[in-house]
Amino acid sequence: MKTIQLLTRRKALIAGLTSAGGLLLTGCSKKLPPTYGNILRMGDTLTYAAHRALLPGQSLAREYSHKDITSFPAIGTTNPGDPKRPRPNETYRHLHSGAFADWRLSIEGLVTRPGSYSLVDLKRLPSRTQITRHTCEEGWSAIGEWTGVPLSRVLDAAGMLPTARFVSYYSYDDWVDSIDLFDALHPQTLLAYGMNGRDLPIPHGAPVRLRVETQLGYKSMKYLQRIVVRNEFDDGGDKGSIQNGWSWYAGI
Amino acid sequence: MAESPQPQEQRGPAGHTRWVRISHWIVSVSFLTLAFSGFVILMAHPRLYWGEAGNNLTPALLELPISRNHQHGGWEERAPFFQDAASPISANRTYGIFNQNGWGRSLHFLAAWFLVVPGAVYLLAGLFTGHFRRHLVPRAGELTPRLIAQDLRSHLRLQIRSATGGPHYGLMQKCAYSGVVFLALPLAVVTGLAMSPTITAAYPLLSGIFGGFQSARTIHFFASAVLVLFLLVHVVMIIKSGFRRQMRAMTFGKTT
Repeated sequence: MKTIQLLTRRKALIAGLTSAGGLLLTGCSKKLPPTYGNILRMGDTLTYAAHRALLPGQSLAREYSHKDITSFPAIGTTNPGDPKRPRPNETYRHLHSGAFADWRLSIEGLVTRPGSYSLVDLKRLPSRTQITRHTCEEGWSAIGEWTGVPLSRVLDAAGMLPTARFVSYYSYDDWVDSIDLFDALHPQTLLAYGMNGRDLPIPHGAPVRLRVETQLGYKSMKYLQRIVVRNEFDDGGDKGSIQNGWSWYAGI
Repeated sequence: MAESPQPQEQRGPAGHTRWVRISHWIVSVSFLTLAFSGFVILMAHPRLYWGEAGNNLTPALLELPISRNHQHGGWEERAPFFQDAASPISANRTYGIFNQNGWGRSLHFLAAWFLVVPGAVYLLAGLFTGHFRRHLVPRAGELTPRLIAQDLRSHLRLQIRSATGGPHYGLMQKCAYSGVVFLALPLAVVTGLAMSPTITAAYPLLSGIFGGFQSARTIHFFASAVLVLFLLVHVVMIIKSGFRRQMRAMTFGKTT
């Protein structure tokens, strides 16, 4: 040994990278979204991990005043029961014709009191109204007023277990997605049943849609059907965002 | 680092230092990827706005004819939200738009890591080694109207000095590099971050200083356009001043 150095820059860098790699590798135990060896998904995971590690706790997204409300495009599914759709959802059409009186949102998985909530049940819980910006991955944005019950209230009522890590949600137009508990328990994350002072319109996700104000629009799923609390990451199969080529984390 | 220039620098080209060469090429590849994926993302919604919100149902600042989504007009069932005549509306999209943002966005943000991290290391290194002070920022005595006019004239006549193979830059060159390193690239990064719903929730000022999400997006576009323009001029200048020699100098260091 010619020179003795306790910690060279190179060693420090390698040590840092190894520990960062260790963090990412814990993704294999399903605490992080899977990458399937895809370099784009690795980048998504790096962004997600960096946001969670570097940003301060649950800050509120900006809220606007009533005069800031803008026109609002309805894209994607605009009616799951529409007979012109390739696979119209008959159940949804039936619920729609009955003014959603028979609609139930089921809460399952890691909760002590699994069950289903009608629209009346949800409206009985303390509500929150917020005027926020919907930011679409396409590049447009729109401001709307949302009224609903914070998801955290419902998870509380259902008795979420301490092992819970992710909340998956399923829709009547055949999508599955999930958020981590950080976003699920965010005070602005709502099960929204009202928009701009009225009942949520069909094109915007009636009777209840999710609002995740800290992520892009596609995480705020319309036409909610079912919520499942999990302790591991679930990619939702071919109905989930990842297998459809989209980043699971949409905070950027 | 010494205040006065090294004796060898006075004699001839010192060559680009290794950290300059490495960061130059990482950022170059990253920028090309960002420009390409950014264009793909813009194609999904080729309209620019000012303020917080903007969409197909609100007026645009600028509409770019760069994909079939340009003025597609496929909207139906327009319904007002409120009673008054000026009420904002809802409308359903009936047009299948071009949208490759699934991979486009992920590629954009992956490439952005290779701009932000090496870029930050480069800025720190440039500051602490004196590289910026000695080579990149125009000296106070250089910025006289006469010298600026002189260098501008020779550039317009395409009288480009042959390559020095190292950091001994002309006045226009210093201004262009400083503009890219200290203004355009940082502005592109910060306006990029100002579009993130998570980051702006944590730091609302980030979006506020640009006047909102859509303003940040518009500035992001123009900063990127300026950078692409710089890249074109940069490549022309490299060719005019000796392409092979310049490429060797930026890749392997000293050429002599």
